[in-house]
Amino acid sequence: MNEVQTVSGLLLAGILFVLGLVGVLIRRNIIFMLVSVEIMLNAAGLAFIVAGSKWAEPDGQVMFIFILTMAASEVSVGLALILQIYHQLKTLDGDAANKMRG
Amino acid sequence: MKELLWLIPFLPFAGAFILITTGSRLSKKMVPVIGAGSVGLSALVTLLIGYNFISTSSASFHFTAWQWIDIAGLSPAFAFHLDPLSLIFIFVITFVGFLIHIYSAEFMADDDGYARFFAYLNLFVCSMLILVLADNLVLLYFGWEGVGLCSYLLIGFWYTEEKNGYAARKAFIVTRVGDTAMAIGLFMLFQNFHTLNIQEIAAQAPQLWVTGSNTALIIALLLLGGAVGKSAQLPLQTWLPDAMAGPSPVSALIHAATMVTAGVYLIARTHVIFELAPIAMLVVGIIGAATLVIAGFAALTQFDLKRVLAYSTISQIGYMFLALGVGAWSAAIFHFMIHAFFKALLFLAAGAVIMALHHEHDMFKMGGLKKKLPVIYWTFLIGAASLAALPIVTAGFYSKDQILWLTLAGENGNIWFFLMALLGAFVTSIYTFRMLFLTFFGKEKTHVSHVPGRGMNIPLLVLAGLSTLAGFIELPHSFGHLTIFSDFLSPVLPAVKVQEDFESIEWMIQLIAAGVAISGVYVAQMFYVIKPELSDELKSSAADLHKFWFSGWGFDGLYNFLFVRPFVFLASINKNDIIDKFYDGLVALANLFNRIFSFTQSGILRWYIMGIVIGGILLLSLGLING
Repeated sequence: MNEVQTVSGLLLAGILFVLGLVGVLIRRNIIFMLVSVEIMLNAAGLAFIVAGSKWAEPDGQVMFIFILTMAASEVSVGLALILQIYHQLKTLDGDAANKMRG
Repeated sequence: MKELLWLIPFLPFAGAFILITTGSRLSKKMVPVIGAGSVGLSALVTLLIGYNFISTSSASFHFTAWQWIDIAGLSPAFAFHLDPLSLIFIFVITFVGFLIHIYSAEFMADDDGYARFFAYLNLFVCSMLILVLADNLVLLYFGWEGVGLCSYLLIGFWYTEEKNGYAARKAFIVTRVGDTAMAIGLFMLFQNFHTLNIQEIAAQAPQLWVTGSNTALIIALLLLGGAVGKSAQLPLQTWLPDAMAGPSPVSALIHAATMVTAGVYLIARTHVIFELAPIAMLVVGIIGAATLVIAGFAALTQFDLKRVLAYSTISQIGYMFLALGVGAWSAAIFHFMIHAFFKALLFLAAGAVIMALHHEHDMFKMGGLKKKLPVIYWTFLIGAASLAALPIVTAGFYSKDQILWLTLAGENGNIWFFLMALLGAFVTSIYTFRMLFLTFFGKEKTHVSHVPGRGMNIPLLVLAGLSTLAGFIELPHSFGHLTIFSDFLSPVLPAVKVQEDFESIEWMIQLIAAGVAISGVYVAQMFYVIKPELSDELKSSAADLHKFWFSGWGFDGLYNFLFVRPFVFLASINKNDIIDKFYDGLVALANLFNRIFSFTQSGILRWYIMGIVIGGILLLSLGLING
């Protein structure tokens, strides 16, 4: 594994992360927001893998498995929340859930 | 026996406490029993202690209840000091106070605030007793302020009328001016002596200061300021005539037993300091002489029966100050005692008259009451004769004659004081009998609706007896030469030295004084009984002067112009309170932040995420820059 691969791998991870972030910020549909969060999580996982292979350590892959597990549970909780929001508000618009306005 | 001394102020206090806490639930019969009973018991204890004190011929007795304060060398105790001077004061306060309480039981019977009235009255007596029994000036000041508070409460007793509340506030604020001066005097005394115990100060003062020392003068003048405020002397006398807004028994209590005589007591008590400051003594004398004449002339023109009596009190206290000013200490205290008797009598009788005539205060609407209210008439006559100092038969003659004589013949006396006092005596006699003739003689102008009962008559009769007989315990040199009173006081208050070349003419002075008093009665009779139209003529020919005197020599107007209006003007400028601006600013700032931060709580999830992201970026960039 050489230098170029590390740089482009981290670059890809960064681009994915920013894409996910932008998705969370500009999307109003909460399902898409959840999808974007997943993209961000996978970007972070990719960064761990790249870093792990750079230093030839297994820790990066161990961390990725953690992230995968966490993403699975996150999705289940997130979907449950989305269902609840849909039941309560009859819409999937995230901005409609603004009852806590100061 | 003397260990019971603490009971004397405690009993009225207990009475006040019971009445304040349970007053509204007590039956109407119990209220006066507690109110008058507590003061009556206190009077009884005074009598026992007084008898014990005299029979064992002790010089003084000290009783410490508890240590009150003990900080940095200032350690006033709640301690009482009984000596002849305080004994006379507590005797007068409890006895006259008791008689006034008995009188009030009937006088106030139909008032809604019956229990409240007795509670205040008891507290008033208690404060005054603490004042005169205090062994240190801090405790004295405590009683002093207590008296001020109670006078405020009682003058404004009928608080639903706005002008009564105004009179109460006026009394409180005007006396506060004097109290402030006195407080500064006390601070200076403590700075000089490192103690405020009266006996210790009296013992140390002659060693610390030489006669005429500046510090002594300043302290004496500051103490005098306090005395002038409480005793309603020039220039702080304006509150007393307005204090007539209170019920008549209150006026009797303020004028006779408590409050206004506090100033006389203070000066007599601290006479050592005044003796070291001859200039202050002279000032005391000048204030007394000026006040007695000014108040006398003001009394001549009043319509309101009680206002005449108010001005006459100012004038009579002027006599006491004059006596203090020439160093005739015991003469001042003697006049205080006699004045307490006859002034309480006059006020209570006036109260009975006013009550009998549907709360009519105007003397010109009274008249012809001699037949309708015989008891009131005769007792009022005795009181008036004593006030006017009619010779031989009245107590007032002996006390006032002593002052007149000593202002001329005492070692500090001078002819001007004597002439002022003589003029005052003449005016006193005129206004006293003007009051008597207008109220009780002539045609009946208002119908009598209420004849006072036994509860009001008995105190009047007792006081009438005292106003006559009490004078015989001190007779002048030329006439009996009896000095029980001044001998009794001599351990506390030194006797005044009489200039030798005057001794032979004492009888002449007495003759002049008697002549002046009698001619005053004659003048009053001339103007108000024989030829009533003369007084109207005189009034219209000197209308301006009449108006000037009627307004109490325009002092109210002057103070209004000098102090009240500038103060109100400043207050109106500062209506929005400049100092408050800073705190208003703090409030506005907090409100501003509130608005900004509540704007960020939009409830939109994506905004929050944005916030987190920006925060994260900032933290990371900071870490990169610093790292």
